[in-house]
Amino acid sequence: MSDISPWLVLAGLGAFHGINPAMGWLFAVALGLHRGNRRIVFLSLIPIALGHAVSIAIVVTLVVILGLVIDRHLIEIAGGAVLIGWAVYHAVYGHRHRVRVGMQAGFAGLGLWSFMMATAHGAGVMLVPVIIPLCLAASPAKELTAAGSLPVSLAAVGVHMASMLAITGIIAFIVYEWIGLAFLRRGWFNVDLIWTAALVIAGIILIV
Amino acid sequence: MATWQPDPSFYPSPRMAAKAPRENLAYVAAFDPERKKPDAIAVVDVNPNSPSYSQIVGQVDMPNVGDELHHFGWNACSSCLCPNAPHPHVERRYLVVPGLRSSRLHIIDTRPDPRNPKIVKIIEPEEVAEKAGYSRLHTTHCGPEGIYVNALGDAKGNRPGGIFLLDHTSFDVLGQWEMDRGPQELAYDFWWHLGHDTMVTSEWGTPDTFENGLVPEVLLGSKYGRKLHFWDLHKRKHLQEIDFGEEHQLVFELRPAHDPTKAYGFVGCVISLKDLSSSIWTWYRDGDKWAVKKIIEIPAEPADPELLPPVLQGFKAVAPLVTDIDLSMDDKYLYVSCWGTGDMIQYDVSDPFEPKETGRVRIGGIVSRTSHPAAKNGALNGGPQMVEISRDGKRVYFTNSLYGAIDTQFYPEGIDGWMVKLKVSKKGGIKFDKKFFVEWPKGHRPHQVRLEGGDCSSDSYCYP
Repeated sequence: MSDISPWLVLAGLGAFHGINPAMGWLFAVALGLHRGNRRIVFLSLIPIALGHAVSIAIVVTLVVILGLVIDRHLIEIAGGAVLIGWAVYHAVYGHRHRVRVGMQAGFAGLGLWSFMMATAHGAGVMLVPVIIPLCLAASPAKELTAAGSLPVSLAAVGVHMASMLAITGIIAFIVYEWIGLAFLRRGWFNVDLIWTAALVIAGIILIV
Repeated sequence: MATWQPDPSFYPSPRMAAKAPRENLAYVAAFDPERKKPDAIAVVDVNPNSPSYSQIVGQVDMPNVGDELHHFGWNACSSCLCPNAPHPHVERRYLVVPGLRSSRLHIIDTRPDPRNPKIVKIIEPEEVAEKAGYSRLHTTHCGPEGIYVNALGDAKGNRPGGIFLLDHTSFDVLGQWEMDRGPQELAYDFWWHLGHDTMVTSEWGTPDTFENGLVPEVLLGSKYGRKLHFWDLHKRKHLQEIDFGEEHQLVFELRPAHDPTKAYGFVGCVISLKDLSSSIWTWYRDGDKWAVKKIIEIPAEPADPELLPPVLQGFKAVAPLVTDIDLSMDDKYLYVSCWGTGDMIQYDVSDPFEPKETGRVRIGGIVSRTSHPAAKNGALNGGPQMVEISRDGKRVYFTNSLYGAIDTQFYPEGIDGWMVKLKVSKKGGIKFDKKFFVEWPKGHRPHQVRLEGGDCSSDSYCYP
């Protein structure tokens, strides 16, 4: 059981990120509507998923590198502080970012947008409580090395991205094909508040 | 405060916004041309079933005198639903009200009682000058990066005028918008095509050439603005300018199509130096550039010089002076205010290059002084000016003052303010609502109208 749960959490957080309209499905739908083309909806998902994954991978890499040189307990305390700080920043200044990508976005622009959105929202840091036990698991038989952590780290990013991509794609498809955008008026609940709470909870989990 | 659901006045697309419930209140900027008593935002009851229909039911006075309230806008609108920069849980509740003459910014809260709004924040001109480098604040729009405010002068009142940003919740001045302004120096109006990442700006002149009225030498020398500027909305970079040529002066109100997939819009040019005519131009995407085409020319009307103000006597004609235009939510009807002749004209612009006149009413006017069924005093002065359309396109409201110092150049005895309403027929055509005539209280003149919940010049959309 304890072997499987971190992967489930990674996938669950991927789904949570995928649900958030600010992480990409809405952009994919909008571009499809603009260009009157269903294919655009699906093609847009590729750069959106890649941008998200790169943002996550950077955090995972940082954690692994720090894990090689710093005591794990210290990383947990520091990670918790970063998460709570990120939550505060997101709540106060989250709306203030420069908008660099608009409706004429191409493949690269969309990837950049997704990367910036995931990074600014702290999508990667939200995973730190799962990444630490998963990627920094040194056993007496096997010492912790960067090379040793590589496969598990890649798998962590992959599982998260696959889950995020699946949910993003399903929602984008359903909205584009059936529901339409009118539901946004009432149905777009405040994911940002839940997101901020998730960052705080993740931070507390790490520290306690 | 953030909410759990998006503001109910936000609509993803103009199609959906056109089905919005009808407005019950209008907010109207009112100023004292003598600059002796405070300007105000008046609240007008526009609900025909209300006992106070067509009356001013509330008013918030500014704390100073001499602001010259002119244009204003909302802190947040439907563009908050855009996918690239979503802020769906901000409330549309604050009016952002600049003083054109004072450069002071007022933030007015319309809740909890929309009939009794309150000033909650004032940003003094010194702060705007220091943080943004601008003065003479003109038009505001809610958009992807917060609140955009444009200014006709730099910090000292010289050129260049431009745009700056305000935070849409704290109202902090965030700074100058332009990163590369290219050759742009003059400012008047601005708006954008969210679907095409393009900002469009137009031109009037520097404050010294209008604050004491229009200067004939500047006008006849074709030194007022006559260009459109196109910008990359997100790189904040100037891309292209289009000069309307020496003949055309004062390129004013910009009305891009609401449908974000359409790459065209309409702009009014106040006066031709050749024959005093006004014109409407369509800007449009032509290959990888923007281009313009004159689609409407409204001629001057010959008149007895005895009846004309000194500025027009030599021409023996009354100029139409198109000083505001507005486009319906479905991009079908364009309303054109002829402040000089007193006409309000409705054009069907379904084909943006082949406009067809579908309606016309006359009220006020320099020579005609046409009355209104509900006006007590007969001959009305001033003419159709700031015009606003309800989201469903069935009602049109307008007022009659242009700008304090210019009002007296064309209406030398001054302007007695009024606000009227038109009913729009389903197949086009306009007529006055005989029960709606706001005789504006003496001492104030009305300017821009904003409708409760949004109107046709307040919101922009990311979805078709």
